[in-house]
Amino acid sequence: MAITPPQFLLHHDGDNVAVAMEDLEPGTLHGRSVKQGTESTAVLNHAIPLGHKFALTDLAEGDAIIKYGIKVGLASADIKKGDYIHTHNMRSYRWEASRA
Amino acid sequence: MGSKPRLTGYRRQNGTMGIRNHVIILPLDDLSNAAAEAVAKVIPGTLALPHAFGRLQFGADLELTFQTLIGTGRNANVAAVVVIGIEPKWTQKVADGIASTGKPVAAFSIEGKGDLQVIAEASRVAAMFLQDASEIQREQAEIGDLIMSIKCGESDTTSGLGSCPTTSQAVDRWVAAGGTVFFGETSELTGGEHLIADRCIDDACRNLFQTTYDNYIKVIESTGANLLGSQPTQGNIAGGLTTIEEKALGNIAKTGSVPVVGVLTPAQEPPRDKPGLYFMDTSSAAAECVTLMAAAGAVIHLFPTGQGNVIGNPIIPVLKLTANIKTARSMKEHMDLDVSGLLRYEYDLTKAGDMMMEVIDRTVNGRLCTAEVMGHREYTFTKLYISA
Repeated sequence: MAITPPQFLLHHDGDNVAVAMEDLEPGTLHGRSVKQGTESTAVLNHAIPLGHKFALTDLAEGDAIIKYGIKVGLASADIKKGDYIHTHNMRSYRWEASRA
Repeated sequence: MGSKPRLTGYRRQNGTMGIRNHVIILPLDDLSNAAAEAVAKVIPGTLALPHAFGRLQFGADLELTFQTLIGTGRNANVAAVVVIGIEPKWTQKVADGIASTGKPVAAFSIEGKGDLQVIAEASRVAAMFLQDASEIQREQAEIGDLIMSIKCGESDTTSGLGSCPTTSQAVDRWVAAGGTVFFGETSELTGGEHLIADRCIDDACRNLFQTTYDNYIKVIESTGANLLGSQPTQGNIAGGLTTIEEKALGNIAKTGSVPVVGVLTPAQEPPRDKPGLYFMDTSSAAAECVTLMAAAGAVIHLFPTGQGNVIGNPIIPVLKLTANIKTARSMKEHMDLDVSGLLRYEYDLTKAGDMMMEVIDRTVNGRLCTAEVMGHREYTFTKLYISA
């Protein structure tokens, strides 16, 4: 089952964020979805460290951020496809007071 | 499955089975830590469990402290217990709660005697307990005899992708073989609590789970605090986790796919005749959670981590695993299993599960885990509110 180690993983097909599997520089990357095994490529706009997330689609402020096929937060600013996503542009929808 | 390694453990008087054979010196309260630690120095090979509380607590908070102390003593990894407290009445209450297991227990109180006399008297008994415990032989154990607990910490996004799914493999295999597993971390289900509710075995279990969850969240939300940096923690955020919901789904990824058969209060022992996966109402703070689970009878703990937690427990082995290659390399002395190869597709999840089970089997049979070797013995009580 040896395959090229993916540079990013998403949990499910349809997730709109992916996770960096190594420290990544901007550019075109190859990755796959864990559940379905679908291979894909994506363009990253910013350098991000291992474990951090980037957007796979354009998102407007208030849009749901989907990971594991489930809503895990909201965009707290407009986000472009390929942008780094973290506390600066994403927030909890359950714990309203918890914002950066 | 091939030829499975034989598991061994120590059968206790009440039929429970442990995988370690500790003689513990258990202080009832903070004031008795000095005497307890002195006894453990006089009689090397015994283990003192100092902690910060036990005075002027009241109501449910006091009851939880008693239950934690008694449960620690009752744990099947413990062969015998010396309890030391400042006052005789509460000291005896804890000793009596432990003694109903049938294991050797002795109680000493300091008032009217002073530390030195108590240390001398308690050391004589501790010496005898330790000699007697040294003769207890390991015998064959089944998975159904052994309670496992799980809780993750210093999680990052690799936890939900690698170390938690690997733990899930162990949970499903453990329960399929007739074993019992505890998971907890009530607040860290937020955003995925419906997934747990859906897995509850019947309506009674589901309602109890939902009420327990709702009550905990009410307490947290009533503070109105900005929890970012506390939950998720600074470490979680450094590892790429942004929200409690995202963290929760990674957390839940370690609970396997088996049904939830029951809901336990903190430190509550499960019914012996009903094995399976139990939810326990606990804090998500690592040492508090593991302490409560050990007090409920867990004899081994699986601890998936991302950024690298160093936790251990005085009486149960805490096995730490990570899928974060940086953590596996930089904190090697704290990791019992590196499953980072899973994320590089060097092997699949079934294989990662096999690797986990091998580490579990060896640990059950006596191999010391990293936390035991590194001296990590965090014994931390959950405090429900201020003392009187």
